[in-house]
Amino acid sequence: MPSSSDYDPVEVTPLRADEVERMRDDALAAIAKAATLAELKQVRIDHAGDRSPLALANREIGALPPQARKEAGQRVGQARGAVSEALAARTAEVEAAELEQSLAAEAVDVTLPVDVEPVGSRHPLTTISEHVADIFIAMGWEIAEGPEVEAEWLNFDALNLGPDHPARTMQDTFWVSPESAAMVLRTHTSPVQARTMLTRTPPIYIACPGRVFRTDELDATHSPVFHQVEGLAIDEGLSMAHLKGTLDHFAQAMFGDGITTRFRPSYFPFTEPSAEVDLLCHVCHNVPGTVESCRTCKGEGWIEWGGCGVVNPRVLIACGVDPERYSGFAFGMGLDRTITGRYDIADLRDLFDGDIRFTEPFGVGL
Amino acid sequence: MRVPIEWLRELVALPDDLTAEQIAARLTAFDLKLEEIISAGLSGPIVVGRALSVEPEPQKNGKTINWCQVDVGEDEPRGIVCGAHNFGPDDLVVVALPGATLPGDFTITARKTYGHVSDGMICSPPELGLSGDSAFLRPGPGTPAESGILVLDAESAQPGDDAVALLGLGGDVVDLEVNPDRAYALSMRGVARDAALAFGLPFSDPADRDVPADGEAYPVRVDDPAGCPVFVAREVTGFDPSRPTPSWMARRIEQAGMRSISLAVDVSNYVMLELGQPNHAYDRAKLHGPIVVRRAEAGEKITTLDDVVRTLDPDDLLITDDDGPVGIAGVMGAAHVEIDDATTDIVIEAAHFDPPTIARSGRRHRLSSEASKRNERGVDTELQARAAQRVAELLVEHGGGRIEPGLTVVGAPPARASVTIADDLPARVSGVAIDAETAVAALTAGGGEVVHENGTITLTPPSWRFDLNDPNDLAEDVLRVVGYDQVPSVLPPAPAGRGLTRAQELRRWVGMVLAGDGLVEVKTFPFAGPADFDRLGLPADDARRRQVLLANPLSAEQPGMTTTLLAGLLSTLELNVGRGHSDVQITETGRVFLPHAEGLAAPIYGVDRRPTESELQAFADALPDQPQHVAFVMTGERQRSGWAGPGRPVAWSDAVAVARHVVETLHLVPAVEAAQLAPWHPGRCAAIMIDGVVVGHAGELHPAVARAYGVSTRVMGAELDLDALITAAPETGPRPQFSAFPVAKEDLALVVADDVPTATVQAALEGASDLIESVRLFDVYTGDQVPAGHKSLAFALRLRAPDRTLTDREIADVRQAAVTAAERDAGATLRA
Repeated sequence: MPSSSDYDPVEVTPLRADEVERMRDDALAAIAKAATLAELKQVRIDHAGDRSPLALANREIGALPPQARKEAGQRVGQARGAVSEALAARTAEVEAAELEQSLAAEAVDVTLPVDVEPVGSRHPLTTISEHVADIFIAMGWEIAEGPEVEAEWLNFDALNLGPDHPARTMQDTFWVSPESAAMVLRTHTSPVQARTMLTRTPPIYIACPGRVFRTDELDATHSPVFHQVEGLAIDEGLSMAHLKGTLDHFAQAMFGDGITTRFRPSYFPFTEPSAEVDLLCHVCHNVPGTVESCRTCKGEGWIEWGGCGVVNPRVLIACGVDPERYSGFAFGMGLDRTITGRYDIADLRDLFDGDIRFTEPFGVGL
Repeated sequence: MRVPIEWLRELVALPDDLTAEQIAARLTAFDLKLEEIISAGLSGPIVVGRALSVEPEPQKNGKTINWCQVDVGEDEPRGIVCGAHNFGPDDLVVVALPGATLPGDFTITARKTYGHVSDGMICSPPELGLSGDSAFLRPGPGTPAESGILVLDAESAQPGDDAVALLGLGGDVVDLEVNPDRAYALSMRGVARDAALAFGLPFSDPADRDVPADGEAYPVRVDDPAGCPVFVAREVTGFDPSRPTPSWMARRIEQAGMRSISLAVDVSNYVMLELGQPNHAYDRAKLHGPIVVRRAEAGEKITTLDDVVRTLDPDDLLITDDDGPVGIAGVMGAAHVEIDDATTDIVIEAAHFDPPTIARSGRRHRLSSEASKRNERGVDTELQARAAQRVAELLVEHGGGRIEPGLTVVGAPPARASVTIADDLPARVSGVAIDAETAVAALTAGGGEVVHENGTITLTPPSWRFDLNDPNDLAEDVLRVVGYDQVPSVLPPAPAGRGLTRAQELRRWVGMVLAGDGLVEVKTFPFAGPADFDRLGLPADDARRRQVLLANPLSAEQPGMTTTLLAGLLSTLELNVGRGHSDVQITETGRVFLPHAEGLAAPIYGVDRRPTESELQAFADALPDQPQHVAFVMTGERQRSGWAGPGRPVAWSDAVAVARHVVETLHLVPAVEAAQLAPWHPGRCAAIMIDGVVVGHAGELHPAVARAYGVSTRVMGAELDLDALITAAPETGPRPQFSAFPVAKEDLALVVADDVPTATVQAALEGASDLIESVRLFDVYTGDQVPAGHKSLAFALRLRAPDRTLTDREIADVRQAAVTAAERDAGATLRA
């Protein structure tokens, strides 16, 4: 601390260049040495505070003759700037180091199980129905629905299954009691087609996924309740070729490129001509050498997929569509079998007994 | 229809190198779908042998074997050990020599047994793939027929002859599925005709035979020509009932899946298989008076061949004599007129019956016979006399006697209606370029009469085809010949669709929300019954006990359709808990079935025109309501216990939260109020309401219900009428509007009586001022600090104006308005 006896209007010791430099260096050294924010706080008081040597030196500047003030002011200002800069830099460093340290202390075992919240899932029959619906929506079709307890006339008669038709005995039907009520649990989703034709004018392009019923006892391959998707197109000039084109597209959208279909003649009262449609096995692709041992198609190379045909004009008449002007095609296939086949499910009952371990692996999509 | 390939080859000259698989593949392409190839499964040397000596040798184990020397046409006889005793020296037997393989992949080798080297095996019928009750079998003394070996007729063969050829043992059988429209293919004749067409080969009709006749045979009267358009009777006299069925015939009958019974019965069945004409043989001595074909009288009875007494319906068509019914026409004969082992004079019946009549009788009496199967689909209308002739000839050929010259024919084949199509119809229907000539050729080859003129084709269908009635039927028949594999693949031009309906989209949202809320979707069967409703604790007069009942339910326990999804879900919960799952949260979306008034019937209309609008409305009036519901049940932990600490058991509030979430997903604002009804906990059931209408319930199930389903933990759940929600849902989503001005936060603690629903207070606060942005309950307190019978509800209010920063004065005013509203609507006081 300079004393008044040293007073020299020209030479003030604290403002000497070497003295300012020393004060600055002292400060920088203290800053560098500070390892914690607390130490830095003290350093700030000691070397940058109001009573720090540089602050006190700064007060002496006024005592200098005017011509000396500028130089001294610059000298002290630069030194204080350097100290404050160093303080800020060191503070940032120490803060970063301290954060790093505290984060390191917060480290956890990220492999701990985190399955606290319940995880839901959707039944594959739901998601496959939606998937099928989306395929037809993408083709410009619409999705139609109808009741499950259905009028006998809509389930049978309108579809050319008259009371004495042999095909009626082929379908073991659940009848609502009494039978004179003329209501059934729909044996197929075809009454939805009839309802659509009855209430809309062509062109009609609809797909109907839905639950249907037949009096089969539940076993590994049969269920009294099962699921279908049917399609119906009514327009001018439609033929079996359009049916084939639609099914080929559907097959590829469902099962992948290259999966084609083939027709075999068959009989359904509601279509004429009728065909059964087979799907190229999506596992072995009927490739020699692979097909023989294929479990999915049992060595056939083809998988029975469903029934189809050109809508019988008798059905069009009963449903109010002019058969002279319009023709159409229809098809239907089982969704349950599609799932059991595709996911190697040996027992159909797994789809319906409700064990959560069946649905859970499917998540919310197939 | 089981088709023995060897038999088929006899009727069509199929190339020798065609395998059964190749033949079946072509027939499949002709709508005769291969079900199965039944392979004979035998190969190698299987020959006829003559037993030269048969020496019984008792064994230590108590059995007696025979050590036989058998001449198999070689220089030296072979020594063979045989355990059967139904044959003796000089009998002709069948010997499988070493190297032969018998059905079941059983390979014969020379092997040492009972002290001899047995150089082959003397075969029983089952070992050769013949059925155990085969007509081939001759029972031996003291030996059960089933264990006997096959003994051939003495004169039928020589030692060393190939037994496979002799007995028709070789040869595959293809089992074909015959669709109901292809009645003719239930015969070798019909299959052969399609095979000839499929392979482009000539076909010679086995039914082409002369029917020499002079005068009438057994008298017949047909009182119901509509039910029986053609009836033919023929007689054979002096038949020897003791004569055996020739082995080739028995073999074919067995290959076709029927049993060989006696010569007369076998001949009848053989001709049915061969020509497709069911026919019946009556013992003439047991018939009294003329045969009369008529409908049954109410209450009339018959004892059919299967020894069942059946009460007849006035719709049943009968064959009768003076004593009453001798058969349900086309379905099954009566026991008392059957031929037996003393029958010498036989009346043969062959008829064409009205198919629906036969089908109804078969269904009514739950009788399906080989005959009814053919009659209900339709038998060739011009076949009867020729088939009867064939039966008579075979009877006489193998059983002796003579064919009486008389022939009774009542009625005549009904005229067939012709069908006319434009000659490009097959091309238009199929999308295949089929020219008129091809179409004409295909239809002509099918056996009908075809006229092609002026761009149209007119077909008069052949007498065996009942499926060619409409234009498209002809198109199909042509396409069958052209080949279904010729149909090209053409995607129809896409119409402009509108995507999913709003309802379909909303259902998907709900599905995803439920999965997001941790629920696992299941699919149950929609059947239920009183036992289910009892377990749910539904009162006796509960509307949900009124079901749509089924006439033929699978189980008596569940005689009808369910009225609540909870029944199926709780049963499924029970299954899961029973399988060791303690935390189970499952959901289902599906229909419930709520009947309209009793006694409603859906109408049946004709099919020659569209029903009118009011006629269509009658369907809706009669059918039950079938709304889609969504429901879920949950038990165990909602948040699982683990390393981080104890979990949280599922609570009533979880159920209400998920139910609310479902509703809010549809952009609806649910109201909630306490409810009391089964199967819910009386104090923990929330009615969920939209616009004042209850759309479902959520909360905790009654613990007694949980116990009834074998679940010892608490069970939460909900069931909502999804259709009602979707109907109420707005067509478009909300329009969010919010202010960027600062929020003011105010907390209010209000004291209300215990029985005041929180929702009431909440609603009062929310409605107190437009400036209240949100109200959230953050604490519920009961205890010393509030009066007895009261609770303190603490709410956090957020206040905000759309257009300005609220002043302190405004905030204070809103706060006061909120307190005032709560006081007015809920009797609340500001907590001191």
